[in-house]
Amino acid sequence: MTPTVPLREESMLKPASTAASRVRHWLSGLPTSGRVGLALVVLWLVLGAAGPLLAPYDVGAFVSPEVFDSMSAQHWLGSDYLGRDVLSRLLSGAQYTVGLALASALLASATGAGLALTATVCPRWVDEVISRFMDTLISIPSKVFALVLVAAFGSSLTLLLLIAAATYTPGAFRIARALAINLNQMDYVQVAYARGEGRLYIAAAEIMPNMIHPVLADFGLRFVFIVLLLSGLSFLGLGVQPPNADLGSLVRENISGLGDGALAILAPAMAIATLTIGVNLLIDALPGRGRRITGGR
Amino acid sequence: MGAAQDHVQVSGLRITAPAAGGQETPIVNDVDFTIPKGQVLALIGESGSGKTSIALALMGYARGGCRLAGGGVRVGDTEILTLDASQLRTVRGNRIAYVAQSAASAFNPSRTIMDQVVEAAVGRGLISRPAAEAKAMGLFRALALPEPEAIGGRYVHQLSGGQLQRLMAAMALMTDPELVILDEPTTALDVTTQIDVLRAFKRVVRQQGATALYVSHDLAVVAQVADRIVVLQRGRVREAGDASQVLEKPADIYTRTLMAAARPSTQARPHRPAPQQAPPLLEVRGLTAGYGRVEAGVPKIPVLRDVTLSITKGTTLGVIGESGSGKSTLARVIAGLVAPASGQVLFQGQPLAPTLSGRTREQFQRIQLVFQNADTALNPAHTVSRILGRPLAFYHGMDGRARNRRVAELLDLTQLPAGLADRHCGELSGGQKQRVNLARALAADPHLILCDEVTSALDTVVGAAILDLLAELRRELDLSYLFISHDISTVRAICDDIAVLYAGQKVEMGPRNGFGDAPVHPYTDLLIGSVPEMRRGWLEEKEMAATPPPLATAQSANLCRFLPRCAARVEGLCDRLPPPRIVLGGGNELLCHHDGQALQHLQRGRQSAVSP
Ligand SMILES: Nc1ncnc2c1ncn2[C@@H]1O[C@H](COP(=O)(O)OP(=O)(O)OP(=O)(O)O)[C@@H](O)[C@H]1O
Ligand code: SF4
Ligand SMILES: [Mg+2]
Repeated sequence: MTPTVPLREESMLKPASTAASRVRHWLSGLPTSGRVGLALVVLWLVLGAAGPLLAPYDVGAFVSPEVFDSMSAQHWLGSDYLGRDVLSRLLSGAQYTVGLALASALLASATGAGLALTATVCPRWVDEVISRFMDTLISIPSKVFALVLVAAFGSSLTLLLLIAAATYTPGAFRIARALAINLNQMDYVQVAYARGEGRLYIAAAEIMPNMIHPVLADFGLRFVFIVLLLSGLSFLGLGVQPPNADLGSLVRENISGLGDGALAILAPAMAIATLTIGVNLLIDALPGRGRRITGGR
Repeated sequence: MGAAQDHVQVSGLRITAPAAGGQETPIVNDVDFTIPKGQVLALIGESGSGKTSIALALMGYARGGCRLAGGGVRVGDTEILTLDASQLRTVRGNRIAYVAQSAASAFNPSRTIMDQVVEAAVGRGLISRPAAEAKAMGLFRALALPEPEAIGGRYVHQLSGGQLQRLMAAMALMTDPELVILDEPTTALDVTTQIDVLRAFKRVVRQQGATALYVSHDLAVVAQVADRIVVLQRGRVREAGDASQVLEKPADIYTRTLMAAARPSTQARPHRPAPQQAPPLLEVRGLTAGYGRVEAGVPKIPVLRDVTLSITKGTTLGVIGESGSGKSTLARVIAGLVAPASGQVLFQGQPLAPTLSGRTREQFQRIQLVFQNADTALNPAHTVSRILGRPLAFYHGMDGRARNRRVAELLDLTQLPAGLADRHCGELSGGQKQRVNLARALAADPHLILCDEVTSALDTVVGAAILDLLAELRRELDLSYLFISHDISTVRAICDDIAVLYAGQKVEMGPRNGFGDAPVHPYTDLLIGSVPEMRRGWLEEKEMAATPPPLATAQSANLCRFLPRCAARVEGLCDRLPPPRIVLGGGNELLCHHDGQALQHLQRGRQSAVSP
């Protein structure tokens, strides 16, 4: 005897969603804090990309007779300790900070995730080797590591990028590996193995799409860490070298204005703060598990 | 029945859930029922029919986002839905108790059981701690828990699922509630455990004179405990009445469908004799496997021990056993996901390499694996057409048009609408997912499909439809199945041969007809005897399974694994020598010290319990 009741599988077709409507839907699901974060992030990305074009003055030009001047019509953010235009220098600094941090974070996250996938789908010993290497890397204090390298090779943008990336790759690796190893145990991945699929396919098509959200959230966090690391290095005089300056260098060079509460030091400090806070707000508002598993370096 | 004597009255209950666009969809609609004092009412229906929502509404609670939109719930002389939050809390703690499906998650692993059982009653100042402990022990005893005086000192990880379920009932009953709500309390348990738990629940609820609401999807279980039955479908009452009326003379067509699906009938299908000359399609020889490092032929965590079985082309081998007996591990070894520690797997006469890397694409293609839980078996990032398209491209090199055409054919074959192809599996129902899961295996064009509990996560009606589909596909495509299940009636319905696993040992194997009557292996006997029948009074008739006294000595590795639980064991023999493999007249091969006659004698009276 077979049951004769219609199956409980009524169709639930929904209208095809366009990319635009998906974005709108995603935005509407974002809490206010997330939208504020998103706005800040977009603002800094735009400023970082277009900064030099927007700058009213040349970065190195001495344009004001006054040092630590306050706001004025010619100099919206006043002048710095040498009488240069703070706004112009801020815009150019944003380019270095955002660009360098973005590139390093991308490098760190991509390397971390790539190695994590490799460790997951390859034989056990590969995982052992990679994990031990990462453990070694993570046990070196990052500032000291940076100091030594900069002292040895002299500061350059490439070196800074590599230092920042190397510092944050192990953390990215650990988190991505934890994710990938869990996903590797999922039935659909096991089915793919049992189908005879190659490692590359399994890593790229079965595992990766399901870890992309948390990895993106982690990427945001690494970006923040790197901004702070680079600013810290610049503050110590080891970062981006004069006459160029990133946001951290701007804080350092204008440190003597701190007593007067000069805009020249407040503005770059605020810039670092809003950039990092913005990214954090955005990450925290991202849907799903992404939030939980991030943390630590 | 006069309203005055009804202890619980639900009238016109409406519950709504939020839907897209800020609207609300009703999940429970105009539900009315009453429970007379001291009786047990069962709510029965498939998942999504609103059973749990109604049960929670009796405590004035609505799950996240849902809303108690209308109607009334009266318990005693309290209108539950008019109470404020603090009044509700008092009512929930003192007068209404709730026992959930999974007890393990209801206990805190870092505190003793006793602490947690007495906490609520003592915390509310209803009773002093020593008095509460004494009372708890009384309940433990009434619930037939082992060592009632000492069990309270244990922690969660030291207890089995069935014991935790009973302890949770004890916790719920501490405050002498007038209404007990049991939400699928035995669904997660093995049948052999379920029967003890059911018996304990029933007795204690009677003793306390409590009114009870029992939520379940299993009519046979409900038949044992309920005085009244309410059948739900999609939030509406289909039928309500006395248990005996609903079970014996169901008035509603839907109730009849549920009953038909609950016990799949054994289709009269001739057992195809194996053509003797051809080697079996799949042969497993002396397989020992497990997890962890292998030392001296034994893995660190041994699971399967010396398992031998074979599947002839075109037939279905059922594998049953309780949770943890190694059924899934067997499928994994055959699929190459777990390497055997010793023993061999042969496919079409050829030995299969122990690991994936040694197998050919042809071998991969011919053996396909279908997992129990379709939620985790389908990649959430892929669309249905991609999921089905991959094996087509991978094994058959199909692309573009040909592939799309084949995907459409596969959807058709598994009775799915073609429009499904572009959806992600998160947008499918449970039954649809399981069909896609099956279609993916079919896409490879396999000879053998390893089905690991493919219907266990599904409702009875949907599950029965999947079983029908499997039978039909087998006829059309000349497939063989290894069909893993913990449910003997499902296995008996669709399999030609059956193997019984106990703790990784194959204790019995034979043609399905050999499982209808005694003699069978003592464990098989226990399994079959524990499946509730769909009639009232079965539980009472079933005399308490004679629980053997605990063993004096620790069990050594090569003795019968079933020894500690075996009621038929022979002292001085079973606890000294490993059991021999014997073959009974019906063709069943089993692992036991008793011979067929002795078993027949022991099992007399069970007969026909599950015979078609
Ligand atoms: N990866 C693993 N590592 C270690 N032990 C495992 C692993 N997978 C399973 N086990 C153990 O092996 C034993 C058998 O597991 P298996 O999944 O084969 O049981 P099963 O019969 O399929 O049970 P169920 O009915 O619950 O699915 C269990 O005790 C389990 O805890
Ligand atoms: S060998 Fe002994 S203990 Fe094992 S099933 Fe047979 S009678 Fe029971
Ligand atoms: Mg299993």
